Amino acid sequence: MELSELQHRLIEKLRDGLPIGKRPYALIALELGVPEETVIETFDHLIKDKVINRFGMIVRHRSLGYRANAMCVFDIADDLAPDIGKIMANLPYVTLCYRRERVKDVWPYNLYCMIHGRDRLTVRAQIRHMIARLDLGDIPSKILFSKQCFTQRAGKYGAPSASSSLDSAALTGGSNTDACAISPKPSVIGRIS
Amino acid sequence: MSNNRNPKPTPDLAPDLSALQIRLIEEFQRDFPTTPRPFATIAEKIGSDEESVITAISDMKTKGYVDRVGATYATGRAGASTLAAMEIPQDQLEKIANLVSHFTEINHNYEREDKLNLWFVVTAADQASLNTTIHSIEAKTGFAVHRMPMIEHYRLDLGFALQWN
Repeated sequence: MELSELQHRLIEKLRDGLPIGKRPYALIALELGVPEETVIETFDHLIKDKVINRFGMIVRHRSLGYRANAMCVFDIADDLAPDIGKIMANLPYVTLCYRRERVKDVWPYNLYCMIHGRDRLTVRAQIRHMIARLDLGDIPSKILFSKQCFTQRAGKYGAPSASSSLDSAALTGGSNTDACAISPKPSVIGRIS
Repeated sequence: MSNNRNPKPTPDLAPDLSALQIRLIEEFQRDFPTTPRPFATIAEKIGSDEESVITAISDMKTKGYVDRVGATYATGRAGASTLAAMEIPQDQLEKIANLVSHFTEINHNYEREDKLNLWFVVTAADQASLNTTIHSIEAKTGFAVHRMPMIEHYRLDLGFALQWN
């Protein structure tokens, strides 16, 4: 879907989040030099057209207690993947589920699901339940728990640029303070045992 | 709080959140109002007042429970994106991960337990910008970036519940 220049600019603005004040859309409108109604209408369109999948508070899930995060990957015949993916997606503990392209000679897996849970023991039990329930015992698979989170932030879908952009911290050698969880410490955030 | 759909979360989840804050997290990770005064609209829906809602959300941002009020985007509808992974020797991981994180096109940059140990999402306005970024990361780090672009999704990000399943 081709986005308009204004849509690109709004998406870029929203990366830092909506201002938390009485008239957030008016504030964005002022910065972009367009009327408030235009900003609101543009957001409404992005939501209606499902460009925006979810609009609301983005929580830091680790700080809310979701400390075990497993990415489970399976190498499933392509023609079976959609049916299995749909059943997998409906399991209550599965937070995300996708089919992705394999990487030749490197990564044979094509079906992915994410499980975010309180601790590894619980998540492992949920994975065992999933494998038994969907009869995936003979399917090549892997479980990749996350260890350190270096960055969690919004995707950049702003205006196309000729060159790739490094943020100022990189240029000044500063550390990464883009936290994934509560932590006053820069750089490595939310190490998990 | 009295809300049958949302039983009180276990105390180990964010024990210092107020009842109002818990309710805001439970109900406004999706469908945030696009009215001129959205915090007043929220207040009206849940029987609070605009000022309290603003204060409650600001406080959650300060404490690090909420990153921002913002959007997640459907892959393929807004620009281009891909999941990507790299195989980095353990003693260089932190250095390389920080180099990767400094590209503004990167989000969700994690160490995972595998030979492919650095995983992140690259987003860009279009496919050409995405390619440029990935080549820049390879040039800057000296390691290959493997791409796993999405073919289709079966479940998208719906936000997080405050109580355990």
